[in-house]
Amino acid sequence: MIADFFFVLFAVMAIGGATAMVFARNPLASLLYLVMAFFALSGIFVLLDAHFIAAVNLIVYAGAILVLFLFVIMLLNLGRTEKSDLRGPLYRMIGIVIAGAFFGLLLVMLRGGHATSMAGGMGQATIDAMLESQGAVGIVAEPMFRSYLVPFEITSLLLLVAIVGAIVLARRKAP
Amino acid sequence: MEIETYTLILSALLFAIGTAGVLLRRNAIIMFMCIELMLNSVNLTLVVFSRSLGIEAQVFVFFVMAVAAAEAAVGLAIIIAIFRHYELVDVDRFNLLKW
Repeated sequence: MIADFFFVLFAVMAIGGATAMVFARNPLASLLYLVMAFFALSGIFVLLDAHFIAAVNLIVYAGAILVLFLFVIMLLNLGRTEKSDLRGPLYRMIGIVIAGAFFGLLLVMLRGGHATSMAGGMGQATIDAMLESQGAVGIVAEPMFRSYLVPFEITSLLLLVAIVGAIVLARRKAP
Repeated sequence: MEIETYTLILSALLFAIGTAGVLLRRNAIIMFMCIELMLNSVNLTLVVFSRSLGIEAQVFVFFVMAVAAAEAAVGLAIIIAIFRHYELVDVDRFNLLKW
């Protein structure tokens, strides 16, 4: 019962934050609405028993990636905008129609996946038992460092390439 | 209906809002932020399916986060480089490579 209340609260916060992000005039306000939406999504992760994902979502996404966006907006001094950068009415109508069509398509596809996954699902009791025996971190760490060790190591290479690429791209050219 | 169904609807809705944002805004940074929202809605879908199809799906959430971090770093560096050149971040004005 209380879980339902929190789910509705977080869902409304996420949808409201996302919509406000799209339509906010000021990029800084946009960013802060997105942070609110990500906080709400972390709450939903907790309701889905993914406690470690919720914590990492807060620390890495809301804490690091979005603060990087904040730094760039402030560095480029984009926080003060007089007119909105939304596109014109015709373009806006086309965009909303495309997004709506996408929403319908996703609903159809997710409904099919949901039906198959519910048929052979683990159930709440299994998840509770796994959380009890291995802990919130253990259930993620176990497959990550056994079955997915090589992809995990390749991820570190990806991050190294991204660091070098970001420095090369953003570097001031020598005079 | 249980929480999984509603969460899947929520993730589809957030993905559609992100799509609308990419299509409607001209500011390159806000388009990037909308892409981050779309990535996180995919994470939500992965977590929902991890409850029934195996906890391995949560490992992929970490890979998505790593790719998102790399994409944000490189993308924002490109935006800074473009801003140095044009003094603005409006995607309609970057038309040098347009045919």
